[in-house]
Amino acid sequence: MSKQIDLVDLDIYYGDFLAVEGVNLTVKANSVMSFIGPSGCGKSTVLRSINRMHEVIPGAHVKGAVNLDGENLYGPNVDPVLVRRTIGMVFQRPNPFPTMSIADNVIAGLKLEKDKKRKESMDEIVEKSLRGANLWEEVKDRLKRPGASLSGGQQQRLCIARAIAVEPQVLLMDEPCSALDPISTLAIEDLIRELKDRYTIIIVTHNMQQAGRVSDDTAFFNLSGIGKPGHLIEVGPTAQIFSHPEHKQTEDYIAGRFG
Amino acid sequence: MATTSHEPTTTRADPEGISGAAVRRGDRTFLGLSTGAGLLVLVVMAAIAVFLVWKAIPSIQADSANFFTEGQWLPDSDPPAFGIAVLLFGTLWTSIIALIIAVPIGYGIALFIAFYAQRRLASTLAFIVDLLAAVPSIIFGLWGLYNFMPYVVPFSQWLSEYLGFIPIFANSQELWTKSILMAGLVLAIMILPTVSAISREVFVQVPRMHVEAALALGATRWEMIRMAVFPFSRPGMISAAMLGLGRALGETIAVALILSAAFEINWAITEPGGNSFAANIALKWGEAGEVGRSALIASGLVLFFITLVVNMSARWVIARRKDFSGAN
Amino acid sequence: MTDLSGLRSGAPVPDTTPHSGPVTSSEAPPPNAGGRQNRGDSADSLHLTGNRLPRWAPWVIAAGAIILGLLVQVTGITVVGLAPGFVAAFAFLLVQTATSWTVEGRRHATDRLATTLIYTTFVLALVPLLWILITVIAKGLSVFSPEFFTSTMRNVNPRAEGGGIAHAFLGTLEQVGIAALIAVPIGVLAAVYLVEFGKGRFAYWISFFVDVMTGIPSIVAGLFIYTALILTGVLEQSGLAAGLALAILMLPVIVRATEEMLRIVPNELREGALALGVPKWKVILRIVIPTAISGIITGVMLAVARVAGETAPLLLVTFLAQDMNPNPATGSQASLPTFVWDQISRGTPASIDRAWGGALALILFVLVMYAGARIIAKIYSPKAR
Repeated sequence: MSKQIDLVDLDIYYGDFLAVEGVNLTVKANSVMSFIGPSGCGKSTVLRSINRMHEVIPGAHVKGAVNLDGENLYGPNVDPVLVRRTIGMVFQRPNPFPTMSIADNVIAGLKLEKDKKRKESMDEIVEKSLRGANLWEEVKDRLKRPGASLSGGQQQRLCIARAIAVEPQVLLMDEPCSALDPISTLAIEDLIRELKDRYTIIIVTHNMQQAGRVSDDTAFFNLSGIGKPGHLIEVGPTAQIFSHPEHKQTEDYIAGRFG
Repeated sequence: MATTSHEPTTTRADPEGISGAAVRRGDRTFLGLSTGAGLLVLVVMAAIAVFLVWKAIPSIQADSANFFTEGQWLPDSDPPAFGIAVLLFGTLWTSIIALIIAVPIGYGIALFIAFYAQRRLASTLAFIVDLLAAVPSIIFGLWGLYNFMPYVVPFSQWLSEYLGFIPIFANSQELWTKSILMAGLVLAIMILPTVSAISREVFVQVPRMHVEAALALGATRWEMIRMAVFPFSRPGMISAAMLGLGRALGETIAVALILSAAFEINWAITEPGGNSFAANIALKWGEAGEVGRSALIASGLVLFFITLVVNMSARWVIARRKDFSGAN
Repeated sequence: MTDLSGLRSGAPVPDTTPHSGPVTSSEAPPPNAGGRQNRGDSADSLHLTGNRLPRWAPWVIAAGAIILGLLVQVTGITVVGLAPGFVAAFAFLLVQTATSWTVEGRRHATDRLATTLIYTTFVLALVPLLWILITVIAKGLSVFSPEFFTSTMRNVNPRAEGGGIAHAFLGTLEQVGIAALIAVPIGVLAAVYLVEFGKGRFAYWISFFVDVMTGIPSIVAGLFIYTALILTGVLEQSGLAAGLALAILMLPVIVRATEEMLRIVPNELREGALALGVPKWKVILRIVIPTAISGIITGVMLAVARVAGETAPLLLVTFLAQDMNPNPATGSQASLPTFVWDQISRGTPASIDRAWGGALALILFVLVMYAGARIIAKIYSPKAR
């Protein structure tokens, strides 16, 4: 069900400011790619441009293309609302809607657009999504409780359940574990490894060990200087990037010499 | 710098400043003054209640009619006969009309500034809307009476012609000026900045992460507002409406200028009718005798009480929210 | 490879060449002529392209609505008796929503409707504001003259022209000045208590009642001063009594504004001073308050702006004077708002003109205070935003 993502000569602007320049990369279907790089290098910006979330900031626009199985997400007549349906996102801080119950949180996205093709009932979807996020067993008896009553790690898995409930093709994760404790982090990493069977996943992370544990491929971004645009320096299989990177910058970053 | 010697305590910096023997005279005086000032707030509130009650009692005792149900206002007649029924009606009816108009528009303005307008313009736009609050009420009355009225009249006529089958819109007197609708409209304009400013504060506090969560699920802007903003802001929105109500209840001059004609309970909003507590006091004060003044004070007491309840409830609604705030 | 041909109804089939490399950005397909969104046959369709209304659509609809309104105006054919402006507005709303619903679907149609309505509310706020300001300026200016500012209403027949607001202006300055003199120290001290000392129930209740106090109807403040001070003989009806009534109205505003400003002062500042051995009261007086002073001044000016226009309490505790009375402690004294009220009640054309003039003077005073407060706030605000 999932698709391949291609970024083609992508330049990302905030107004007149060029934030990221010339990104070319491919994320294979049903794989996990991680974006790594020092703070401010643009990896979150690139992530957000994939589901057109960066457009929430007025004046943000792109040049180039982001292709989902060949279709340019920035093509004319493409509806960002539909793009975001197809490409889900999980954020750094778990953000279940505080006034909704756990069950309502899961189907929040579905309530917007009732997909007539889906035959399951809402309850079935809730269960399926929560199972998919490895959260079902823990919350099945308290689906009516508020979404905010869970622990941090559980909340994040709830957000993942919410994201997969609408059956996207791709999952974007922006530092999903940085606000969580180590145990919850491991739980989410296990989950990511399971999810890649069904989705294409891109994860931004500050934690290189996490990138090593979780991703098939890794993309390293960097800035050439303050106020300069970010660039994709190198991309490749994770094992290779971490052991024999081609560029010195990549090697320096991996070795912890900066960042 | 812990020492055991008997250091002069004047050099020791004690953040609390109020412990045992180390109290400095300056600190004590200052503390006393500021505590006194804080206390004064409570004292004034209590004093208002006390004095109003004290001076209202004579008239109530002298009132030959039921204070709450009597429809006339003749406290200086012999025997005095006055009641607040008409005032209660007029105050509430005009305020409700004002609320019905001002609350949705106020919410809309707040949403506009928070989510639709350009970020850089937000504070300028807020300033402009707040300017409406700076206009003194007497100017609203003057403008309402002489400039706005000629436009409200045709509107009232339209209402009674096309919607006249609904009793409150019907007009049997062919009198279109100085109507409850007119007062309600002017009140609505006056409370608009209150409702919008408070709603705006609340909307702006919605954590960005909930806004983004909704958008990332593929919501349109309006859907995002319904999904992430309204549920979070509901107590604040209610509070904004109640504070607007409080303001409308206490408004004196504009209402006094517009509603000075009739003194009766009249549900038809395009006809003249009713008067509010505050306007009644302003209008009748000059010519009131001793009992008359006492009666007006009594009505002022009722007004004080009503606005107290409304304002306290409005604050309570928001205060409760702080406990289960969504911003974990 | 996704088959998109079904999604762009009415358009020629876009290029479906298999790609292994960058896809050239497609030429813009012809604008959708409308027609329902096709749900595509293949189960894999991505449904990413919704039919969207072209950018110019709302403008065209608006133009059409305006023309419709003009037609109504010109031909006199009415629609349910509505004025042309309303006809145009409703027509726009109706047509836009209907068009959007058919082309873009329910969700986007609702979104557009909400956007239009919300923009409208903002316009609705501007209309009365501009209307009032323009009216007051236009009508008031016609009365403005050197005489207007320097003379009083002494011996001026209501029917006659002439006379001025000198006495009223002085009265307002004195009364508001007295109010500030009383309310500012008390308000600042109370705020200091709440921020620097107060903990626990007492402070909570003070804070609560300060909030409640902001909602006291101004006429109740007047009644209070009347019953507590005038009926008891402590004061007579005078400018002083007015000042006291206004002080009650200013107090909560000043407390709140000062409190906010004091809280913004970083704690590190206080702690640094205390660690140097400075006594607490000096820290507050010499360091905290001066840091917050611009905000406090802003709050005071806003409070002054608020009470300068208050009429109701003044009607109860002062006698209206037609003449200059610089002594606030005794005798009748005029003020700008009561001047306007008085002139309105005279009812003659000349008086109404004077009322507008007084109104303009009043609103200028208020706006100067208001704008001044914002400017000071902007210039001197702690740049720690």
